[in-house]
Amino acid sequence: MSGLLELSASQAAASIARGELDAAELFDFYRERAARDETNAFTWVAGAAPETRSDGPLAGVPLAVKDLFATEGVPSQAGSRILEGYCPPYTATVVERLAAAGAPLLGKTNQDEFAMGSSNENSAFGPVLNPWDHRRVPGGSSGGSAAAVAGGLAPWAIGTDTGGSIRQPAALCGIVGCKPTYGAVSRYGMIAFASSLDQAGPLARDVSDAALLLSAMVGARDPRDSTSLDYPGAIALPTRVDLKGVRLGVPAELSGEGIEPGVLGVFEATLELARRLGASVEPCTLPHAGHALAAYYVLAPAECSSNLARFDGVRYGYRAPGASDLLSMYTRTRHDGFGAEVKRRIMLGTYALSSGYYDAYYGRAQRVRTKIAEDFAAAFERFDFVVTPTSPAVAFELGAKLADPLAMYLNDFCTVPASLAGIPAMSIPVGLAEPPGGGTPLPVGFQLIGPAFSESDMLGAAFALEQALGFDGSAVRS
Amino acid sequence: MTVELEPVIGLEIHVQLKTATKMFCGCELSFGEPPNTRTCPVCLGLPGALPVANAQAIHFGLMIGIALGCELAERSIFHRKNYFYPDQAKNYQISQYDEPLCRGGELAGVRIHRVHLEEDAAKLVHLGESGRIHGSEQSVVDFNRGGTPLVEIVTEPELRSPEHVREWLMLLRATLRSLGVSDVNMDEGSLRADANVSLRPAGQVTLGTKTELKNMNSFRFLERGVAAEIDRQRAIIEGGGEVEQETLHFDPVSGTLTSLRSKEEAHDYRYFPEPDLTPVATTADMRAAAHAAIGELPSARASRLATLGLTAELAHLLAFRGELGDYFEAVVALAPVDHAQQIANWISGQLVARIGDQDPAESRVAPEALATLVAMVEARELTNNAAREVLDVLVAAGGDPREIVAERGLGALADETALATMVADALSADPDSAAQVRAGNEKAIGALVGAVMRETRGRADGGEVTRLMREQLGL
Repeated sequence: MSGLLELSASQAAASIARGELDAAELFDFYRERAARDETNAFTWVAGAAPETRSDGPLAGVPLAVKDLFATEGVPSQAGSRILEGYCPPYTATVVERLAAAGAPLLGKTNQDEFAMGSSNENSAFGPVLNPWDHRRVPGGSSGGSAAAVAGGLAPWAIGTDTGGSIRQPAALCGIVGCKPTYGAVSRYGMIAFASSLDQAGPLARDVSDAALLLSAMVGARDPRDSTSLDYPGAIALPTRVDLKGVRLGVPAELSGEGIEPGVLGVFEATLELARRLGASVEPCTLPHAGHALAAYYVLAPAECSSNLARFDGVRYGYRAPGASDLLSMYTRTRHDGFGAEVKRRIMLGTYALSSGYYDAYYGRAQRVRTKIAEDFAAAFERFDFVVTPTSPAVAFELGAKLADPLAMYLNDFCTVPASLAGIPAMSIPVGLAEPPGGGTPLPVGFQLIGPAFSESDMLGAAFALEQALGFDGSAVRS
Repeated sequence: MTVELEPVIGLEIHVQLKTATKMFCGCELSFGEPPNTRTCPVCLGLPGALPVANAQAIHFGLMIGIALGCELAERSIFHRKNYFYPDQAKNYQISQYDEPLCRGGELAGVRIHRVHLEEDAAKLVHLGESGRIHGSEQSVVDFNRGGTPLVEIVTEPELRSPEHVREWLMLLRATLRSLGVSDVNMDEGSLRADANVSLRPAGQVTLGTKTELKNMNSFRFLERGVAAEIDRQRAIIEGGGEVEQETLHFDPVSGTLTSLRSKEEAHDYRYFPEPDLTPVATTADMRAAAHAAIGELPSARASRLATLGLTAELAHLLAFRGELGDYFEAVVALAPVDHAQQIANWISGQLVARIGDQDPAESRVAPEALATLVAMVEARELTNNAAREVLDVLVAAGGDPREIVAERGLGALADETALATMVADALSADPDSAAQVRAGNEKAIGALVGAVMRETRGRADGGEVTRLMREQLGL
């Protein structure tokens, strides 16, 4: 039985396609593992194998889905008490597409409430534990998806990334995570955090799995999502084994100050490896990147303050008991139903959009966003990819940053610029580093950022690095 | 010295569009279906659902913009207007803000500020004695209406009186009706108007403090509400007070105005660009399609009808009450062109007096019948009085005027010899009146002519009788 665990999702799919493996057997194997989960990665696990299409490209390999994707008849709570027990009457487009391609729903994964957080500690259903060290966070907000894949509780998973919510937990859990070009994957049915930034993407054990999963997520634009786009061509499954001719730009703004020495060391070693594989590695500049986090923490809360207005106790989800009138129903429901971080961001966003402050905050942040997109456009004239550490820190201890929101927000320092620019970015595990103060070495992520729709090339470059590195995360899947 | 105070009124008009589906989802529009049966994840604001703009609503919006002479924006964007209320499924309304679909324009001398698209709210039903949300035992929401496409038309403050408001809004309704984009029915809420009212000393350029009258649901209430608000403001100003900016509700039953909220309570809607929708780019093809979809507008029709020899007033009436105009044109098509004015008179006067607001095309009076009736009158085959009697029959039962005239013996008495005999009989029957006329009291002839008309039951031509009478009196 343990042989199944050693198969990557792509290998399992190939085995099923060849008739050597039964999809239902694989589903049951992972369902039982997910049900025995000790990391609180899942908020719901399927009771039995659904009718599975094993003739699709994903061949029946089961999929873990972040809680915030709407799944018909299945709890979709976005990690929030305000949606506790909420089962939508419809299914998100991307989940439908993946099911049609042969990836049945294994379970729903824990997350920071409404995708707001970088440690998965902001979940109404409790924190997720990092499979590498149960005293540490898995990152967030897609912490459950990352922990499930890293811990071998799911072959692969999908999450969402608004400012780093796929890439950062992938880095902290030692797996691959990819945030596609904004618009590449339909957002229909994704419970929104910040609409102009949210994007679904794969979390996977290796680059090939991520590519295979992503190839079934993109495609023709979704008529139900006005901001979705026709993906040009198909995602190519990666094969390249060198980086000859690949030009990597290293922005000083995102690869120096504020990065843990251990992370920086692994990052620099990876750059050296890239050179050996034939890449050119040169410094580049993103002059406005230093303002990205500030702009993000205006824009994302502004959008969330409006997106989360619908959670009012009127139509679905939690309603506070005992309210005497409309206003008290609203205020008590939202007081009880939302966690502290969500409330903080709603307040920030409401303030930023207020009459008289709009231009100073929202307007200025939008201008910064434009500048950052221009910075990347200029960099891509000279470089194929901009590379940075994914996260400035390895997995930190539970509770370590809870009291200091600003320290928590700095986790997104390297990931937010690509989100603001709407361009694809991914994280691959490139090594282990001791946390500050010492201890068991923990995974370090390497971020590649590319121009819009460069996913295939980016996955190819990541694959070459991965093959040369031979990062091994099997120890935490036992 | 009292200063003449001049009312300044602007309108914000909401028009429900008659599209196949809602503004941002695929639900069909609702016309009285059971509650919450025309809903989906999008118009219920379920988590994760996203809006998609309705192309037909944009097309209708452009048609309205063109009909009102607006400038069509090449690019317009949707904004979110944020406020909490249970009739908004998302607690924000998708509307347009600083980049609307159309700007500028004019209708009948009143300039249009802007025309934009948005979504309608759901309907709240309050259970309990008060019938309003405050004090109700329970409130329920019917989302069938939620998400119905609306066009908001905002005028410049250029209306000058309650009557002007009413008349202008009727012109707007006729224009929109001719476009076929809406039922524009105030009773059913497909046409709703808010009025901004202020007063200023006549001749002053700057505007006074305005108040807003919300959601008046009939032309009469609108006129009365505006009049009541003008009176209220005039009393305040003439009493030395100052008008406060507020939003008011007019109760048509009591005729009173009550404050809904003051300036301090005004919402901060925190408008920002709707990130779930892409900008609306109006292409040349979209504009051309909107132009092509517009038939003859009422103002153009009025000009054309005037060329048929109708008075300006009648041409206007027939153009802006399109159903009368359509009927008129159907009758004229069957008649000599020099009967046009008479046909218009018969429709706007006698026929409307008998059928009221009914569409004449749905009455029993066929266009052929009215054309025949007018032709008979013009040929003096029928007196006006007799023709009215025939019209009574036509309205009640339909039929052919010639047959009705024959059955009832209503044909004009054209036999001069017989008429002359009746005139002679009348003179001998009333020698006093005859003597008065001969003595110079011309008015006394009325009694003599009247006697003949009574005798003929109106079938005689009064002019002809008078002529014969004068002849026999030797005048």
